[in-house]
Amino acid sequence: MAAGSAWEERGLAAALFSRRSVAVAAVFFLLLTALVALAPWLAPFDPAAMSVRERLSPPGDGFILGADVFGRDVLSRLLHAGRVSLTIGAGVALLSSVSGILIGLLAGFFRRLDAPLSRLIDAMMAFPDILLAISLVAVLGGSLANVIIALSIVYAPRIARVVRASTLVARELPYVEAARALGSSTGYVLLRHVLANILSPIIVQATFIFAYAMLAESGLSFLGVGIDPATPTWGAMINEGRLVIDQAPFLVLFPGLAISLTVLSLQLVGDGLRDALDPRIANQM
Amino acid sequence: MTTGGNILELQNLRVRFQQRRQPVAAVRDASFLLRRGQTLALVGESGSGKSVASLALMGLLPDHASVEARRMRFAPDADAPPVDLTGQSPEAMRRLRGRHIAMVFQEPMSSLNPLFPIGDQIGEALLVHERLDARSRRKRVLEMLELVEIPGAAERHDAWPHELSGGMRQRVLIALALVCKPALLIADEPTTALDVTIQAQILDLMRRLQAELGMSILFITHDLGVVAEMADEVAVMRAGEVVEQAAVRELFSDPRHPYTRGLLASLPSGRRAALSQTASESVEPEVPPPPEPLVSMPLVSIKGMSKIFPSNRGAVHAVQDVSFDIPKGAIVGLVGESGSGKTTLGRAVLRLVEPTAGSVVFDGEILGELDASRMRAMRRRMQIIFQDPVASLNPRMRVRDIVAEGLLAHGIGTASSRAERVAALLEEVGLKADDMRRHPHEFSGGQRQRIGIARALALDPDFIIADESVSALDVSIRSQVLDLLLDIRRRREATLLFISHDLSVVRYLCDLTAVMYLGRLVEFGATEAVHSQPAHPYTRALLTAVPVPDPGAARGRELLQGDAPSPQAPPSGCVFRTRCRHAAPACAEAMPALARWGPDREAACARLAEIA
Repeated sequence: MAAGSAWEERGLAAALFSRRSVAVAAVFFLLLTALVALAPWLAPFDPAAMSVRERLSPPGDGFILGADVFGRDVLSRLLHAGRVSLTIGAGVALLSSVSGILIGLLAGFFRRLDAPLSRLIDAMMAFPDILLAISLVAVLGGSLANVIIALSIVYAPRIARVVRASTLVARELPYVEAARALGSSTGYVLLRHVLANILSPIIVQATFIFAYAMLAESGLSFLGVGIDPATPTWGAMINEGRLVIDQAPFLVLFPGLAISLTVLSLQLVGDGLRDALDPRIANQM
Repeated sequence: MTTGGNILELQNLRVRFQQRRQPVAAVRDASFLLRRGQTLALVGESGSGKSVASLALMGLLPDHASVEARRMRFAPDADAPPVDLTGQSPEAMRRLRGRHIAMVFQEPMSSLNPLFPIGDQIGEALLVHERLDARSRRKRVLEMLELVEIPGAAERHDAWPHELSGGMRQRVLIALALVCKPALLIADEPTTALDVTIQAQILDLMRRLQAELGMSILFITHDLGVVAEMADEVAVMRAGEVVEQAAVRELFSDPRHPYTRGLLASLPSGRRAALSQTASESVEPEVPPPPEPLVSMPLVSIKGMSKIFPSNRGAVHAVQDVSFDIPKGAIVGLVGESGSGKTTLGRAVLRLVEPTAGSVVFDGEILGELDASRMRAMRRRMQIIFQDPVASLNPRMRVRDIVAEGLLAHGIGTASSRAERVAALLEEVGLKADDMRRHPHEFSGGQRQRIGIARALALDPDFIIADESVSALDVSIRSQVLDLLLDIRRRREATLLFISHDLSVVRYLCDLTAVMYLGRLVEFGATEAVHSQPAHPYTRALLTAVPVPDPGAARGRELLQGDAPSPQAPPSGCVFRTRCRHAAPACAEAMPALARWGPDREAACARLAEIA
């Protein structure tokens, strides 16, 4: 029982970081964000500066992580690209979660809204992701903000579906009925009783969408409907490196590693957050 | 050393589970003996280690459990030397299980694999242990299905588990356990998930099978009524220790250990004698003139209430045309088996579900006519306490916020005055004010139920519905919570509708009793009258089905045949006629209305005059 008060005294951050893997992942992610944010000052070269003589030079003396087909410094590009990729990942994860949660809660909680909203979700999910994104960007125009909006529209139905399913379960729980019997307002019930208890699947889904969005953006750039093709992103770097993978595998390796490590650290933090938010588990951490 | 007449000898069993930080002792010191052909009841409250002890005997504990015992001997055959269960390899245990020791579990709904026909599942043990071919397996399975009295055994062989009712599934599980004719059957709460009338059928079946097959039974239960009915010997477990083993009559008449005494004392008593005895003893109350209504000054009036749930496979008639009054300041018990509609009725009264027809008059106001905001305001005056103390509290909220939720919803007080109120409420229900900072999972089941009660009391309601509010609690905790409810009624002059399937609790607590069967109200009246001289044939069957915690009690049981019909297709006319032994052709025509019977009750039976 003493653990309960410990939870209160320690607070959320302490509960979150008491697990070493979560702490390491969080530090890694913060470090990465800082590096990327400081890219203009940290990058050894101009990410756009070409040097055809040194094209495809392997990692080593001149270029720490090598040079690409145009002889541009991979490290510098990686740092600059991270700004765009992380912005898109975070932006899409946030925006699609907020809209997906809203749609999902409405569909799951109010029987009358369920059929129309569910059909809308189904209809959106029937389109191939990338095709839908292309058409949306084509309509909205290619800018960073529009890419984020377009991808959020593409991924919001995934969150909405998860939220709707969990809400359907949570709606029937006795404590929701108890709240209604007490006369609590619907908004309070939705936030305090339903949403608070379905956060786990949302957090898991949102971390996945963070990763998907970074990759999808590269697809859009590749097809020329994304952000200005001159702007480096991790996805675009993989795409470029793919063509010469037999001669210079490191061109794919480094941005690939950047994406994987970002996603891995996010998922660890997401898991940790999920557990730290749950008082039943937080006590044991 | 000889085993004599003992089929099972257990001495100083210890089971520990290896946890992350330190080992947890689930069984600390359990010793008991089971004589051949007898039934030993292993009694204890939840967490006392009775199930773990039985799993240890079966060798079914997970790997992180360590089992030690001075002696753990099993003698399936009276003439052969006993087997030492402690030193057996997993392979040898596997050969014993199913063949010589079999087990029946509590949950008939989840103990069968939904993807295989029941006949195949019963035959599996024959395939494993006796390597029989398909045809002889089928023959043996059919014999077993007949033995456990499943009607139409031949057709049932290929039935799927979902096609069977809970009672039928438990019969299948018993058939499954007994198919290899084991010498020892371990039954772990085999009837806990069943309704009383079905429980009576299963207990009856188990007794007859035991006589027929000559097996020994280790019967694990928390229900002292079942113990009195089934056991030859009783071993009482508490906190991982067997504190006492004695013959059943001796244990009930002269309990040695203080814990056993406490357990027996916590039975809803004062009136714990058997029905057959009280029937003659009961004193008829003064006879008031019959025309006077049963209830004067009702606080809540339920009028012609019906609730039909639409579904793809035919509408579910959960509640049909139920009317009764709840007098101010009284506790009214609403009893019935699962599917009788009692919970739906309770929810419809509070408008947590909208009734299909009928109305509720609460203190002069017709609830159905209130708009949303006035209904919300009205909710201050009526509250509900739920069955499941775990699911009815939001795990993410602190007790403070849970209890204060109603106050917040109605904008009562400031944050600090609400905190004071919560502290006072927690103390009123027997918790500490300090507990408000904790989360629900840090409390035991009984404590959580108290939190639920505090939440319901926060708004100072006039009317409280308690929906199976003590059913999930252990007996000793249950009596504490019941006393708390009585106390609340007295102090706050609240009116209670107490929904329960447990007739002994209703008798202990309630002034009036309403009995429901398949969505209909079949009997309503003064508790003493309904319980000591039930008028409706269903009430009678229900009352006699309750196991009486007195091994000497005579059992004049009216065993109901079969299962209750589905509320999707209730029988025409009187809903009870399909299981009623007094049914006449006229009963199929119309559902009889509630009619006055005697000074203080009403019953809905067309043949009351002939049979009562």
